[in-house]
Amino acid sequence: MKLSKLLGGATLASLFAALPAFAQDAVEPAAEAAAAVVDKGDVAWMLVSTMVVIVMTIPGLALFYGGLVRAKNILSVLTQVFLGFSLIAILWVAYGYSLAFAGPTEGGLSAFIGDFSKFFLSGVTLESTAATFSAGYELPEMVFVVFQLTFACITSTLIVGGIAERMKFGALMAFLAIWFTFSYVPMAHMVWSGPGLLFGMGAYDFAGGTVVHINSGVAALVAALVLGARKGYLKEPIPPHNLVLTYIGAGLLWFGWFGFNAGSNLEANALTAVALVNTILAPAAGALAWALGERITRGHASALGAVSGAVAGLVAITPAAGFSGVGGAIVLGAVAGVICLWAVVNLKPMLKYDDSLDVFGIHGVGGIVGALGTAIVANPSFGGYPLDGYDMGGQFMIQLTSVIVAVVWSGVVALIAMLVVKALFGGAKVSEQAESDGLDLSTHGERAYN
Amino acid sequence: MKLVVAIIKPSRLEEVRQALSSLDVHGMTVTEVKGYGRQKGHSEIYRGTEYAVHFLPKLKLEIAVDDEQADQITTVIREAAQTGRIGDGKIFVLDLLAVTRIRTGETGASAL
Repeated sequence: MKLSKLLGGATLASLFAALPAFAQDAVEPAAEAAAAVVDKGDVAWMLVSTMVVIVMTIPGLALFYGGLVRAKNILSVLTQVFLGFSLIAILWVAYGYSLAFAGPTEGGLSAFIGDFSKFFLSGVTLESTAATFSAGYELPEMVFVVFQLTFACITSTLIVGGIAERMKFGALMAFLAIWFTFSYVPMAHMVWSGPGLLFGMGAYDFAGGTVVHINSGVAALVAALVLGARKGYLKEPIPPHNLVLTYIGAGLLWFGWFGFNAGSNLEANALTAVALVNTILAPAAGALAWALGERITRGHASALGAVSGAVAGLVAITPAAGFSGVGGAIVLGAVAGVICLWAVVNLKPMLKYDDSLDVFGIHGVGGIVGALGTAIVANPSFGGYPLDGYDMGGQFMIQLTSVIVAVVWSGVVALIAMLVVKALFGGAKVSEQAESDGLDLSTHGERAYN
Repeated sequence: MKLVVAIIKPSRLEEVRQALSSLDVHGMTVTEVKGYGRQKGHSEIYRGTEYAVHFLPKLKLEIAVDDEQADQITTVIREAAQTGRIGDGKIFVLDLLAVTRIRTGETGASAL
């Protein structure tokens, strides 16, 4: 199996060999460096994937969330996502990429974080390269930088869903900056960088089940808990104001996810197609499963249920996209559809937290299901594509460890970040009057619908 | 003069308009409103959270008429707007003190 050779130590090391531009360590995998090729097909694919993932956030996620809130708050959600994206994009090139993917390959804190050697992308030149999963094939490092930028941006803006309709705008921007710095960047480093703690343990996370979904899902939950509920939560109806927008957003999310999952293969080859196919089957199964679940428990399948199930499937397949066979993708998607339905419909009202748009219920819970399920669907008896040395039981324990690390790390950082912004902004929630008037008017001085 | 105010089901507007056009009715104003009477609302469910929707959409028609016309118009509206099911609505007749046509300044019955 080609992959087994790829993710052996040498290739891992070469990912870091790429980092210092002209370097010293570039000679590490000397034989590969001599033969390494930058394939224009791979580069073109990766640049397209990058653009496609951006569409997931703006306007995919923005509209998905926007339709779910009340009309008086839609602009606030759109703006939080749009400006959140903009802020994180800049922080990523400033120091995020450097801390996530640069730095020493061993010693010190290298298991958890990189360093500032690529501050503002210093050392990332037209010649510097990043490794792919195929020996002998590399990408221009800038391609890897910008592809990863889109991941940082969507992960951070996902959190907007948990705090929607009641948070001070400045406090949110500050929270995102802090959380990105202390939770997203270290998690990306731990899972996707050679010296990273979880990478070293052999955790399987193809496109970000832990780094993106569990990370943001738990952060949203903690932020929602610290912020407090919306006025009238559980007492008055707060229905979505335009599910048509949510539908459009869902479609754009699904489309963008092809770049997210399939692009995470870093090349344009057969495994890319596997990831793409899985990214169709898992949401399809998730949508049907959620709809069926609603039909059985509530009497009818709903439009919102269908798209929610699809997103749950997409979340679950994210860590498994390049490891799962088609059967595994269908089962994983369906299981996520059912479990996330339970989390949203039963767990949330049971625990009474106001995670406005179910970021924890779908991304958090779905991410956990996906991360653990990856260990199972990677099994070659189920048609999976595991790496060398795979053993289902052992892999499950590794996945469980990475889930626990993600949950704890994200939760603690989110808690501290919320407490910091509460102190800095004299409370993170807007006044009752502002909340009643709607954030569009009170925070942004605008009305969406005139 | 009288102001006939009718709250009807939105689906009956065209029938009422047609029925009134055969009478000497010179205009009406229609407003989209919400209301409830004996017709209860319904419930909607979004991701498992159930919402009771108490108010239903209705239309309010306002027609200014001569005193003598009020009864006939009330009857015509009732027959056109009726479906036989709860929620058909109500018709109120109010005293109308004065009417002015804006374009010409005419007042009274000739302004109706």
